[in-house]
Amino acid sequence: MLLVFRGFNPMSSRTDPRRFKALSRRELLKLTPIVALGSFAIAGLQKPLLKAGLDFSDWASAKLFRSGHLAPTFRDSDLTPFDRFPINDYDVDDPGVDFDEWTLTVSGAVQKPGDYTLDQIQALPKLTQNTRHVCVEGWDVIGQFGGVRLSDFLEMIGSDPTARFISLECADDYYESLDMATAMHPQSLLCYEMYGHPLTREHGAPLRLQIPTKIGYKQAKYLTDIKVGHVLEKIGYWEDQGYSEFYGL
Amino acid sequence: MATRTMTIEDAKAGEVTHAVYEHPFLVRLCHWLNAVSLFVMVGSGLQIFRAFPSFGSKIPQKNLLDWPKALALGGWLGGALQWHLTFMWIYILTGLVYVGYQVFTGNYRQVLFVRRDVPGVWPMVRHYFFFGPKPPVREAYNPLQKYSYTSAIGLGMLSVLTGLAIWKPVQFSWLAWLMGGFHLARLWHFLIMWAMLSFVFGHLVMVVLHGWQNFASMLTGWKKDSGYGSE
Repeated sequence: MLLVFRGFNPMSSRTDPRRFKALSRRELLKLTPIVALGSFAIAGLQKPLLKAGLDFSDWASAKLFRSGHLAPTFRDSDLTPFDRFPINDYDVDDPGVDFDEWTLTVSGAVQKPGDYTLDQIQALPKLTQNTRHVCVEGWDVIGQFGGVRLSDFLEMIGSDPTARFISLECADDYYESLDMATAMHPQSLLCYEMYGHPLTREHGAPLRLQIPTKIGYKQAKYLTDIKVGHVLEKIGYWEDQGYSEFYGL
Repeated sequence: MATRTMTIEDAKAGEVTHAVYEHPFLVRLCHWLNAVSLFVMVGSGLQIFRAFPSFGSKIPQKNLLDWPKALALGGWLGGALQWHLTFMWIYILTGLVYVGYQVFTGNYRQVLFVRRDVPGVWPMVRHYFFFGPKPPVREAYNPLQKYSYTSAIGLGMLSVLTGLAIWKPVQFSWLAWLMGGFHLARLWHFLIMWAMLSFVFGHLVMVVLHGWQNFASMLTGWKKDSGYGSE
């Protein structure tokens, strides 16, 4: 048979069927690393592998976080009406906090531990912001929140500047934690107002976290205790069920 | 890039076959890793979608569609997010390696749809869907294939960008802004998934229609009797 080459091709070669088969087999075997993905289907490996993936994503998220970068803010006309601001709980809408007796208990790596009243907290400079609240479920709303900067409060209680985390306990037994970079962000609030009115019970009265750089479940409601620490003893309720620990937006 | 070809001579039978090396190793590796990760991303993505199957407001909530749990991956929202946030790295990495390799080696010319390919699209469509004559095969991919693959790569990039806008609407606020904010970015992410799935459907139909040698080339790199090349 006559072969007509389109010009000189140095990459053309001759072989016989047996050697071509061996060559094809070698090329196919090079793809065997793909089989490693099958480990995700093995019951005992799946959990640790997915945990590693989630941890890697959290590590990348913490790297992507910029302390000076502000979350977008919105005009009053962009606000979601207050009665259409969803209420999500893991347990009860109203854990029945006694407002007269309520204090925020501060402990851990701070110079001034103890119980702080709402008046003491509200004496700090007030900040009001219209920001987007994003739920892990996929919905989002724009709300108006008023409160004091978490960083101002941490300064007031003499928080150790080398501490890495803050942990929070809530009246409904919910618990959460924050990395210090997020806690010190200028838009991270100890929030006591929504839409110009004191927080309602179902929105976390008398005090909740409002952090525009975090997903909703990190923004704990009905706060009772705050602890500053170097190591994290408890991460968070949803994190313990398998959600991301960092989940920064 | 010169195409590697092979002449296979069967001395006993006196037959000569030609083969073309169509898919370099990295392209094949990325293709299959990406295919698996795309499958996981879609399955887990649909489970994530089940947590709020709407693109409107939360109050009142109007569901768009109730996707069956049996056709989703992860079991619940948290589980699905673990799959999604793990396999997205494989999805992104294989995409980057693929594009990087294609650009670096010049192999992109095999697949990138350019203006020169435009006139060839309609004859291919006519051939596949309206029983038109088969246009002559001159290279690895015909113009319709180039159009489809180039679109798929574009959709892949958009799926990552819209995903990034949903995952990090604050750190990448400019990206979310470009897409009309977090709320709309989530819709684009969803629509791009369906566009990608329609590509996958067409791709699979074509794979079935074009037979074993064509399929095997994505496994071994070599395609026998390609109908073009050294003959």
